[in-house]
Amino acid sequence: MAELKFIEGYPEYMYELIKVVEQTRAKRKDYTPKAMTMEEREDVLKVHPDYAEGGKRAINIGVNKGDIAPNEVADLLEAYPLIEEGEIDLRKPDYTTDILIIGGGLAGTTAAIWANDQGVPKENILLVNKLRHGDANSIMAQGGTQAADRENDSPVIHFIDALGGGHFTNKPDVLQTLVEDAPLIIDWLIDLGAMFDREENGDFVEIWGGGTCRKRMHACRDYTGLEELRVIRDEFKSREIPSLEYEPVIELLTDSDRVTGALLWNFETGEYKIVEATATIIATGGFGRLHIRGFPTTNHYGATCDGVVIAYRAGARLRDTDTVQYHPTGAAYPQQIIGLLLTEKLRSMGAQPVNKDGEAFVFPLEPRDVEASAFIRECYVRDKGVVTPTGMRGVWLDTPLIDIKNGKGTVDKAFPGMKRMFARFGIDMAKYPVLVFPTLHYQNGGVETDPWGKTNLEGLWVAGEVSGGVHGKNRLMGNSTLDCIVFGRKAGISTAEYVKSGKKRGKLTLEHMKKYVKLLKEAGIPKERKAPILLPDYRGKRVLARMIDVF
Amino acid sequence: MKKQKSIMEIIAEANKAVTTGIDEKDIEYWVMIYIMGRAYKVPAGLTIMQAMEYAGYRFIRSAGCRAGFCGACATVFRKIGDYKLQTAMACQTKVEDGMYLVQIPFTPAEKAAYNIGKEPYDVSVLFKYYPELARCLSCNTCTKACPQDLEVMDYVQAAIKGDFTAVAEGSFECIQCGLCAIRCPAEIVQYNMAQLARRMFGRYGSKRPESLSKRVKEVKEGKYEKDFRKLLSATMEEFKKLYADREREKD
Ligand SMILES: Cc1cc2nc3c(=O)[nH]c(=O)nc-3n(C[C@H](O)[C@H](O)[C@H](O)COP(=O)(O)OP(=O)(O)OC[C@H]3O[C@@H](n4cnc5c(N)ncnc54)[C@H](O)[C@@H]3O)c2cc1C
Ligand code: SF4
Ligand code: SF4
Ligand code: FES
Repeated sequence: MAELKFIEGYPEYMYELIKVVEQTRAKRKDYTPKAMTMEEREDVLKVHPDYAEGGKRAINIGVNKGDIAPNEVADLLEAYPLIEEGEIDLRKPDYTTDILIIGGGLAGTTAAIWANDQGVPKENILLVNKLRHGDANSIMAQGGTQAADRENDSPVIHFIDALGGGHFTNKPDVLQTLVEDAPLIIDWLIDLGAMFDREENGDFVEIWGGGTCRKRMHACRDYTGLEELRVIRDEFKSREIPSLEYEPVIELLTDSDRVTGALLWNFETGEYKIVEATATIIATGGFGRLHIRGFPTTNHYGATCDGVVIAYRAGARLRDTDTVQYHPTGAAYPQQIIGLLLTEKLRSMGAQPVNKDGEAFVFPLEPRDVEASAFIRECYVRDKGVVTPTGMRGVWLDTPLIDIKNGKGTVDKAFPGMKRMFARFGIDMAKYPVLVFPTLHYQNGGVETDPWGKTNLEGLWVAGEVSGGVHGKNRLMGNSTLDCIVFGRKAGISTAEYVKSGKKRGKLTLEHMKKYVKLLKEAGIPKERKAPILLPDYRGKRVLARMIDVF
Repeated sequence: MKKQKSIMEIIAEANKAVTTGIDEKDIEYWVMIYIMGRAYKVPAGLTIMQAMEYAGYRFIRSAGCRAGFCGACATVFRKIGDYKLQTAMACQTKVEDGMYLVQIPFTPAEKAAYNIGKEPYDVSVLFKYYPELARCLSCNTCTKACPQDLEVMDYVQAAIKGDFTAVAEGSFECIQCGLCAIRCPAEIVQYNMAQLARRMFGRYGSKRPESLSKRVKEVKEGKYEKDFRKLLSATMEEFKKLYADREREKD
């Protein structure tokens, strides 16, 4: 069977185009395009997926009725549950626990350990996972975690950076907790044995993150999330705290305005299970796999907004649902890795965005939304993008400049993960540029909380990407791994106190669901629309067209 | 008259293969692969994971990050006519004509329970929790199996010698996929042993930065509370001014 001819990992025609980039490289080496003026920014932002017309609408049902959200999210909020009333026998819980934690990324796993530290016995905690424990956005974080622990820095400066980055919409008291607790978190991670990048004398190597005025990014090569999560997960497992895998939560259980447990569904056998819990923490992460506006994503397979959907149905209040974060540099080629993240650090270290004609067309470190818009404009308005064999367009990120500017071997040392990813498909990013296009990256908004992760519903806490408020309408790099660990810890402590205060367990009902279904019917929502979706579906069209249900 | 497509619609259209599944009408080049023995014609240029999805499999297990970080998608395969049993991450490996493959969604492996705060920082801790370490035959099978191309045998050998730095550095990029352990004739669980070694190294291998300890103490003593009280009552204008007046530290 025939295949395309490749040179250095690129089809012949793209390889020819790379020569154009190489020809202008010497000239570009000491040249950086000017940063845009405020007017220029405003103009280019018109082609940004988060600002361009048509992507959003008002939520029609529930606590946040009237608020704006991406169409894909609004659709899921206005969707029928996966189960019908009467189908479920709530009389005999399969698990009875003090603290139920839903989702084992950085946030959920951290919560379990801290609840245990506060004296909740391990057997009274239960962590449930949709996939394996750790198959999560957390494990993919590359760039680092912010914490103001150097002499010339302070939590106050960190606060101001994050507030400005969030367009001044962050919830201030929650943000204070984030930045004040940050040094404690790094200290805790060292206790657990996390291997941050260090200088000879033990000091942290701290680097820039977009939008900060101090270097306060703590990284573990370009595997920061992997290192943080596997250390925390190892501690969790060493304590033998119970956990379940492949048993997603599909609905919460309530006793009027109080969350009292959850309904699990065994992915493999189809059986449902009832969990009765005194306190529940939702830590289910983000929504990249909704492919908002048809964009590819950096997120893991299970990032489908489940936590927001089930919390909302139970009456939890959301905030900042109207903004979505796209990352300017997702991979656009090769097809196998489309959408996957190329960290911002590549540009911090000298890689330059370049168009089809070999021109550096944009300042490399504009804010994420401006940078992304400039790429989209280059490809779709000015027609200066490179078209891939699958019909995608992208611009070059001239990565060989990194070694030229910082010395040979820098790419190998600073970006081993990234380099490995491209090498697997025959591309040496230290020698040849790579093709990039914006990708869906982060859920800015979510369930509103107080500084302890508590929601407006009794018995319900949230932590991590599923929550909203701490980052306002835009999150800075390095603040979300931090967010997860800070508020995972807070939620763990807070739920432990709640439990220890002698709180009785509530009744187990699906009354909230019944009420919500009534609203859905009144609003005439199509019956087929169901949520949470649990996993995306990428099966080939031909197979789907021939699939029949006989067994 | 047909409405002109917006840029967003054009982008969505160009991305649809990765966001909604592949339509065979768009495919020019094909390869033949064998999933658990059954032949499927799939588009060339996909990963093993994407190709299986194209063929109609919807993953529950064996798919996690889809980006080479989580180790969920461990796969073993042979190529027709080749004696070699190879290993790969399904999300990071291109399908090739004549691959026959199966996935290993789970590795039965022991993970010891310990409290690193109470263990001595020397080789005894590794042997205490992973005594089978002593059985390593230096056969190098683990290294050959590692989809991250780590020198697994070397870090196992370093562990036997108690060289924590070498184990930590050598195993740092391990994604705990389990393929080394599945292949090891000495039944060593390399990646769990390395996890313990790295944690010991991370905790005891270098001095805790003084500035960190100092800052932690300051926060605990409430040094910033007053500043924050003032900040939290600031007006939007004051916030904006503070932000605009920030001084950027030198590169
Ligand atoms: C590629 C990438 C790079 C990033 N880089 C950085 C960075 O450099 N610095 C930074 O600070 N941040 C970064 N981020 C963001 C950050 O990693 C995430 O926002 C954060 O880790 C989210 O953690 P979490 O615990 O909230 O959710 P996750 O880590 O996503 O964990 C949620 C878990 O819940 C599970 N789950 C979902 N639904 C259910 C359900 N219904 N029932 C049970 N379980 C469920 C999921 O499968 C998952 O295991 C990055 C994100 C990505 C994707
Ligand atoms: S060392 Fe073992 S577990 Fe780790 S990545 Fe390599 S094969 Fe997988
Ligand atoms: S496979 Fe096992 S026995 Fe062989 S070198 Fe690796 S650890 Fe030693
Ligand atoms: S799915 Fe995570 S490594 Fe392949």
